[in-house]
Amino acid sequence: MALLEIENLHAAIDGTEILKGIDLAINPGEVHAIMGPNGSGKSTLAKVLAGDAAYEVTKGSVRFNGDDLLEMDPEIRARVGIFLGFQYPVEIPGVSNTYFLKAAVNAIRKHRGQDEMDAMEFLQLIKERAQTVKLDDALLQRPVNEGFSGGEKKRNEVFQMAVLEPSMAILDETDSGLDIDALRTVAEGVNAMRSEDRGFLVITHYQRLLNYIVPDRVHVLLGGKIVKSGGKELAEELEETGYAMFGEQAA
Amino acid sequence: MSATTKTLEEVTTRDYEAGFVTEIEQDTVPPGLNEDVIRLISSKKDEPEWLLEWRLKAYRNWLEMPHPTWAHVHYPPIDFQAISYYSAPKSNEDRPKSLDDIDPKIKETYDKLGIPLYEQEMLAGVAVDAVFDSVSVATSYKEKLAEKGIIFCSMSEAVENHPELVKQYLGTVVPHNDNFFAALNSAVFTDGSFVFIPKGVRCPMELSTYFRINAANTGQFERTLIVAEEGSQVSYLEGCTAPKRDENQLHAAVVELVALDDAQIKYSTVQNWYPGDENGKGGIYNFVTKRGLCKGDRSKISWTQVETGSAITWKYPSCVLRGDDSVGEFYSVAVTRGYQQADTGTKMIHMGRNTRSTIISKGISAGHGQQSYRGLVRITPKAENARNYSQCDSMLMSDTCGAHTFPYIDCQNPSAQLEHEATTSKIGEDQIFYCKQRGISEEDAVSLIVNGFCKDVFRTLPMEFAVEAQKLMEITLEDSVG
Repeated sequence: MALLEIENLHAAIDGTEILKGIDLAINPGEVHAIMGPNGSGKSTLAKVLAGDAAYEVTKGSVRFNGDDLLEMDPEIRARVGIFLGFQYPVEIPGVSNTYFLKAAVNAIRKHRGQDEMDAMEFLQLIKERAQTVKLDDALLQRPVNEGFSGGEKKRNEVFQMAVLEPSMAILDETDSGLDIDALRTVAEGVNAMRSEDRGFLVITHYQRLLNYIVPDRVHVLLGGKIVKSGGKELAEELEETGYAMFGEQAA
Repeated sequence: MSATTKTLEEVTTRDYEAGFVTEIEQDTVPPGLNEDVIRLISSKKDEPEWLLEWRLKAYRNWLEMPHPTWAHVHYPPIDFQAISYYSAPKSNEDRPKSLDDIDPKIKETYDKLGIPLYEQEMLAGVAVDAVFDSVSVATSYKEKLAEKGIIFCSMSEAVENHPELVKQYLGTVVPHNDNFFAALNSAVFTDGSFVFIPKGVRCPMELSTYFRINAANTGQFERTLIVAEEGSQVSYLEGCTAPKRDENQLHAAVVELVALDDAQIKYSTVQNWYPGDENGKGGIYNFVTKRGLCKGDRSKISWTQVETGSAITWKYPSCVLRGDDSVGEFYSVAVTRGYQQADTGTKMIHMGRNTRSTIISKGISAGHGQQSYRGLVRITPKAENARNYSQCDSMLMSDTCGAHTFPYIDCQNPSAQLEHEATTSKIGEDQIFYCKQRGISEEDAVSLIVNGFCKDVFRTLPMEFAVEAQKLMEITLEDSVG
């Protein structure tokens, strides 16, 4: 059974249809990349999967571990294992990164019938995970994303992912705004988390990230539809030819 | 509220409950205000002549004063002749028979705050004899305070037992003719708290009024006076997080603080009076004058308030920085929801040299709530090197609420450094979604975001108050995002 199974997904915002029939199945252990030009619907797909109420699903279905994902509230989706690394992470003034993550970890644990995590154990965990993504310890005590540089924000997203250990991680343009070193660190963080029971959906504009996070499948999204799927060589092909090979829509 | 402060308060109000309440049980003064009523109040309380004269002076001034209209609040005219200025406690027949008779919404909140049943009954004014059996603990606290020479008693007791101190300081910070509501209070105040910390003494515990107002209907025109002598320190807590039912719609309290050389006074308030129902009916009108005088050099007065209750709040805890190097602080979180209106802020009057003040104001509006920050920073000509930092942030939680900021600056000395920052933000759907995407429920997300917003203020509260304040915010703002 696929981990995530998207069938004929249509979604609209303010009455404008953005996704026009997406079909995609991700098995545990697989890394899928979605590429496409601006406005092709990449971020919309990510937000719809995470349950952003601004978008309306007009048609189709999404199954996660066989369950109807679209039926679930966003926080439930998170608790059953969906993680979205935001393209533009928001700031939450006055709430420390640590406190925020602790609330998240315990909400997820509670949902799974586990006890709250012991404070010491938790601190140990975040310290260790911060190291994997080379996140400055000082950022743990700072308010969530407040005053973070673009790179720090993205790193913080990957850090949160590492702490929350989702079974399905969606990374929305996590590479944008990163210099090459930051990109490499972020990719290392993701690679360290690759495992046979975890799926990834990596959304990116550029092929560059995929040099570091080597995908099992690459999909080209255009005009709200997947127009081509292939192996990792498709990304390289795109790098050479650009989206123009798909004709008018890509212009 | 910790067990300590609770017990302390039980203790310190015990005499007051027993003495004062029984004394007036037979009296009922019909509604209306005139000099005879004031004479009656004064004589019932066996007051010295000078105090009666002071009350009368205030009353005569009040008669000449117009009802202030400058605040950004709207309410029907108050009929001051319809109010009884000296009422005996309600007889048991008039009170709710049990908690089943009170507004279920209030009961719900009590439960959420985890307030024990007997306290709930007391807060709701249920006809029971609340007995707090902790005489021995009580005595030990009283002894502890007395050992240090600290006086903490009701204003009535202070007038009786320490008339010279009351006479020396009463009205020196808020004069009898200061403003309309302060003048009214001066004329008819029935009781309140009196605190005196002698030279060099650090008060060993937080002083709290938690149980004081519950004694009877004395909360309407409270008068509080705190004097900290040279080098002394005190932290005073007022109010409680539980919504209290009260028959009196109008409240006009006066609080005066005096800090002599090197003295420090920290005054923390949690105000959660009945805000009215969801249609804006009922609710307390809270017109308060609070002012602290940093009389001595290097003295410091710090106000922290968490205002979530009352239909109308009109309140500007202020500092007059007369001593050189004195410091004034104002930290405020105010919440208006339903149809609540609040016009609140502070005044920092810099008179001494090298005086410093800090203003941190956090306003949260939800529902149809209307909120104004109104603040004055005045630097008088002799206040060399004065510094002020003001930060006023507003958070809007609905499309129907409002936030307004009225900062006044009056700077008459060019050496002053003033900073003012202000922000208004709508609680972000994107912030809430971000939290939810991490598994955090909407309710928890709102409380997380709001508490983060208020953090700079909450951290100035004494520990147990801070915890309660956070809980209160959660409950107050439940289902408020819209």
